[in-house]
Amino acid sequence: MPPPRTRGTALRHRLAELRGPEVPPKALDARALAALAANPGCRRRALLDGAGVNKTALASALGSPSAFGMSQFAFMRGNAFEARVKADGGAELLRLVHEKLAPSAEPPAAAAVPDLAAIGPEGRAARTALALREASESGGWALLDHPMLALDVAGSPAFLEPDAVVVHPDGTWTVVEIKSFPMLDGSADPAKVGAAARQSAVYVLALEEVAARLDPAPEVRHRVLLVCPKDFTNLPTAAAVDVRKQRAVTRRQLTRLTRIEEIADALPEGTCFAPDLPREQLTAAVESLPATYAPECLAACELAFHCRTRSREEGAVTSLGRSLRAELGGLTTADDVLAAAHGTAGDPEDPAVAALRRAAELRAEALGAAARREGGPCH
Amino acid sequence: MSLIATLSRLEAVRSGRAQPAATVRHRHLSERPLVLVPLITAGEAGAPLGALVGTDRDAPRLLVVPQPRDRDLRFAFLAELADIVLPYVDAYGDVVEAAERSETDPETGKRVKVEVDLCTDAPQLILPSRTGIDFVRLLGRSMRFRRTAEQEPEAPHPAPPRVPLLGRWLTHFGERARVPGSSLLLALTDLLTRHWATGQSSVEDQHLGALLAWIDPPEGETGDAAARRAELARDADGQLLCPPAGPATDPAFDNKLLAPAIERYDRARAALAAAEDGLEADDRLGDLTAAEREIRALVESRTRPTWDAVWHGLDLLRKLPEGARVADRWTRDRWSFTGHRDRVVAGEPPQPRRDDAVTAANKLATREREQARLDAQEALDDPLVMAGRRLAGEAFAGEVTDVVMAYSESKRPSPRPLVTVRTDDRPHLGERTKVYRSLGGKPQAAEFVGYDGPEGGDLLVLRIVDKMGRGKEPEEGSVPEKGDPVCFTLFEHDQRGGAKLPDPEETPWTHGGPPGDPEAVPLPEQPDPPTEEDLL
Repeated sequence: MPPPRTRGTALRHRLAELRGPEVPPKALDARALAALAANPGCRRRALLDGAGVNKTALASALGSPSAFGMSQFAFMRGNAFEARVKADGGAELLRLVHEKLAPSAEPPAAAAVPDLAAIGPEGRAARTALALREASESGGWALLDHPMLALDVAGSPAFLEPDAVVVHPDGTWTVVEIKSFPMLDGSADPAKVGAAARQSAVYVLALEEVAARLDPAPEVRHRVLLVCPKDFTNLPTAAAVDVRKQRAVTRRQLTRLTRIEEIADALPEGTCFAPDLPREQLTAAVESLPATYAPECLAACELAFHCRTRSREEGAVTSLGRSLRAELGGLTTADDVLAAAHGTAGDPEDPAVAALRRAAELRAEALGAAARREGGPCH
Repeated sequence: MSLIATLSRLEAVRSGRAQPAATVRHRHLSERPLVLVPLITAGEAGAPLGALVGTDRDAPRLLVVPQPRDRDLRFAFLAELADIVLPYVDAYGDVVEAAERSETDPETGKRVKVEVDLCTDAPQLILPSRTGIDFVRLLGRSMRFRRTAEQEPEAPHPAPPRVPLLGRWLTHFGERARVPGSSLLLALTDLLTRHWATGQSSVEDQHLGALLAWIDPPEGETGDAAARRAELARDADGQLLCPPAGPATDPAFDNKLLAPAIERYDRARAALAAAEDGLEADDRLGDLTAAEREIRALVESRTRPTWDAVWHGLDLLRKLPEGARVADRWTRDRWSFTGHRDRVVAGEPPQPRRDDAVTAANKLATREREQARLDAQEALDDPLVMAGRRLAGEAFAGEVTDVVMAYSESKRPSPRPLVTVRTDDRPHLGERTKVYRSLGGKPQAAEFVGYDGPEGGDLLVLRIVDKMGRGKEPEEGSVPEKGDPVCFTLFEHDQRGGAKLPDPEETPWTHGGPPGDPEAVPLPEQPDPPTEEDLL
């Protein structure tokens, strides 16, 4: 007998239909979850990610393959550095946690490194939760190497694997993120640090779910430890990064994600995103999901090239940058703006239209002056 | 983005071709720039993979690190780079002219003029993109604290001679590039986006190939289509037809072509090391050379298109006439270059890892001042930039409709003519707001008196207050006449320095205290400790 269909299982069932028969869901990782926050208004992305659709395969099937890839050099170097940081039972890593986050605690002379091996992500997550509880109660240092955390995302669990979690003697937990970009004279590339902070914030949220199930609930520290190579060497150095803001933003986005039920309900019957469907059918399915494309998507979303083509075909001004919208008032397409600027359309009383006309006049005057000066077409 | 820039982008979308964002060239271009197209190894904090470098567009020098993880090969690369860059830089340091600079006399404490050398020209480095400039800074940082065998005979892994010096120069270029309007080190993408507006976003403009496709699309193709091809088109092997301008490479190139080639090189090197007799070694040396040649060919194939694109972009920029005030800013670059040349000659230590408070405050003040100067000068040189300022209410242009002679009410009355200007612009003017116009290259000041007619109307009355000579009658041509076109700005044309910083001895404790305090003096910069796996 099938279990009674609750709201959650109904949604899961619906999302599986959207994904297509026999297509396994693509697990959401922390990076993808953090990227959701970059463009929360995009329904297309929210639904496809929420349903576990493989956007890379979808983009290729649509004929606009994504350009994301990782060089094996970067991959090898990242792994080598992480292994070095964790070598020797994580002695160096624990020393850095002690030095940067808890200098008043006892030095981590001997730390527990619990074995987290188990079968399947659910098993590993359960094993991790158990190890965290034991470590918190033991009152000593503990290092959890690649623990598995589960986070509920829009009704389905996402499994996340931080580089490490450290349990302090006072029972608090710290997320450790190991990156292979260098910290040069104590500072690192702000863009990369920001990405690492957003990613860590997702881990903090997932840990807080684990902590909430314990009594008393241990504190998850909001300062994470970012470990990077020092200068041009392969020696680790670290800095504490406060992720309160990123955590708040991500949490807000995650709660908003429950909307995917509404988005799914608005889709026509029989919509499916299986990559083996014919291109026309897939294109129509994707078109039925409204997107909010902006150039920033190019760095964060596999479907960006597809959405960009559509956005340009529609002449949307946001394809040139989000900031443009602010000064153009209600005019959203290139044709509308140019028609208003050249006086063939638009209400001259509208301040945005008046400013555009004045701008067009001044531009024409300046370009005309330059052309005359050079003996250009005006002569 | 100003509304005019937005319109230009939209016009570019409609016409399929980039639109002018400037009518003159706002940056100095050297007769003989040094172009550098570097590549790095992914994931390795700027470990160089190779570079094309040189001043001759038809004969670039190709430098390659066949195994980027090998310290000796990296040092060989840097030494070769130093042998190309330093002679180029030194050539400019040798040609000087006499100039005056005011300095504080240490005995009297007064400002006095001293005669000093000023290099008549300065070197100019061109990189394809902004990330290339970051790489120049990174190279500078990685080299300037290295010690050569001569400096420290005992230390392991000594750097080749001249490598630390190259590091100091690249650091100087990198720091200078942070000063608005400077031209010692330029990124081509920045230069092109300053002068043209494309039909794509500023994010996409960072792709040199796509940017050039909009500015100079191939015959019969729109900028949009050409840009898309430059960004995405791949050959049958999955390799980009227009490789990224670097320094980062395309992952597909790394994984499919570069990694196997490096592996073959490593194998050939191991085989050579294991050779047992001369004959065998000769054979295997041949293999090694072939493997190295293969990597060289790969690096050249990824850098040459960018190299050609950089020169193409420079050609396009040279077609624009140079702005009238560009030479003034280039003179400041020459001062900067001469100053660093003098510090090197005087044997001063390399630039510190972190600036002290006084240096940092000075640098910030300079950048702010130069930004204001750049904004003013670009507007005065270029009617299209001025149009943006007029739209923003920071300037106005129009025709003089009336001039009434008037005098000041002092003992020796001076001319204070009242000039009425008709303008369609809507400047943000209040009572006695100062406005300026350019009179023979010098700013002439006026005060806003009021509107002739309704408040906020198109007739503005101004009182000219200076640059009319000493006599009772204004000098010929110093007062506009009826019918003259005029353009006044609400911003000043020349930048005065802000409030003077205290002398170093007066530095408050909040800023580290005066130098000389043993606690505050940084120790002479120590070299980075070499480790087995360091990168540069």
